[in-house]
Amino acid sequence: MKNIKMLTANDAVAYAVKLAKVQVVAAYPITPQTACVERISEFIEKGELKAEFICVESEHSALSAVIGASSCGVRTFTATSSQGLALMHEMLHWAAGTRLPIVMYVVNRALAAPWSIWCDHQDSLSQRDTGWLQFYAENNQELFDTVLMSYKICEDEEILLPAMICADAFILSHATAPVSIPSPKDIDDFLPPYDLKLALDDIENPVTYVPTCAPTREDSDWYMEYKYLQQDAMLKAAKKIKEVCREFNEKFGRFHGDLLEKYRCDDAEVVILSMGSFAAQAKDVVDDMRREGFKVGAVKIRTFRPFPVDDLRQLAKNVKAMAIVDRGFSFGHCGQLFMEVKSALYNLPDRPLVKGYVMGLGGRDIKYSDQRYVIEQTFKDLEKGFVEREIEWVNLRL
Amino acid sequence: MKSLREIPKSPIAKPDIASVGITGNWRIFRPVIRKENCKKCLLCWLYCPDGVIRVDEEGYPEINYHFCKGCGICANECPAKAIEMMGESGYEEH
Repeated sequence: MKNIKMLTANDAVAYAVKLAKVQVVAAYPITPQTACVERISEFIEKGELKAEFICVESEHSALSAVIGASSCGVRTFTATSSQGLALMHEMLHWAAGTRLPIVMYVVNRALAAPWSIWCDHQDSLSQRDTGWLQFYAENNQELFDTVLMSYKICEDEEILLPAMICADAFILSHATAPVSIPSPKDIDDFLPPYDLKLALDDIENPVTYVPTCAPTREDSDWYMEYKYLQQDAMLKAAKKIKEVCREFNEKFGRFHGDLLEKYRCDDAEVVILSMGSFAAQAKDVVDDMRREGFKVGAVKIRTFRPFPVDDLRQLAKNVKAMAIVDRGFSFGHCGQLFMEVKSALYNLPDRPLVKGYVMGLGGRDIKYSDQRYVIEQTFKDLEKGFVEREIEWVNLRL
Repeated sequence: MKSLREIPKSPIAKPDIASVGITGNWRIFRPVIRKENCKKCLLCWLYCPDGVIRVDEEGYPEINYHFCKGCGICANECPAKAIEMMGESGYEEH
């Protein structure tokens, strides 16, 4: 019999953490993530999850504690949002450079200033270059499943990289939805224990994590090679994600896309690309516009890192224009997703038109009519044969 | 030179002496122990942040100049003023 619970995204992630048998959790409270680690601490208090919960004085310390635990070969978890993630910045590089498969739940919330606690992707997109895998999820079930899958992906011997599992603030974090929870036995079969070959606390075989790499000495001049290995692992992760998503589907009968998810894209002239909860509503808009005769599809980018370059190039061969929706912005240039898509497509001989839309910053509601507007505008550009305004801020009060 | 296929994926070092070189060559001032003033209290041994002071058979502190960076903490702590910081230029070897 199926075990279906009504859960917020925060609770769904807490249940996934429990079933993944995470051994060390360290976190510092920040809205809208707090409820997730509160739930985990309840599981630990009741003895339902045999884990150490380390109370810390900041997010910087939370990630530091988890880095220490992970390097001793235990499965770890932390969670944060916005300002907290920004404070972790130094340790984000540290975790990825040390090649530790830490899983972190990031509830996407706007960065101050001005002050806002609502949904916005700027916090995690600002950490693009830290070397973490980044998953963006559409709904609570996808978040639950992605936490379980990410441990399997990240702990692979060939990968050993940390991952952020990103959820839209309040739209997902505090909204209740049905979540199907597999049996603990099935999850144990899917997800073996974390087995770190070179653990820090192996007394018989002592190692130092993170030595100095000095360019002045040939026998320690390895910095560039270690950075290349991080990139190599990211490319391997792209393959592994596809493999694990397929395996998860076979075992549990659920598939949310792998690096990306294509919805009614096969004969589409225009596709709308987005990340997070936005993608769910985009599918409804696509369905309605299809009925009206528009050849339109929707693409959900699930992994911002590794970025689905090959999949997008494949998609671009059959598509005439792309509407790219950003819930963040790189000041002085354009939206981050827009930038990445453009760069992925540049060397194709025949490129589709691309247009960037900036929407929903600081939690501003993105309505059905806004998504429809974006697609219609892109069709207009397609008729003209060129993009008139490359970047458009939608619903801006000019 | 080795290739990246020969190093572990994680940046890990096995315990080794001088894995990043002879750090003593960073030194500008050299602590020199005047045994005639030394009371063998070993505060220098205790305070040395790099652990490069050992105790010899007679109980005197002895500095390993391969790794002493010349911070001067030993000289500062020495209650008998038996450690003098000398300009490194007068010495040829580390």
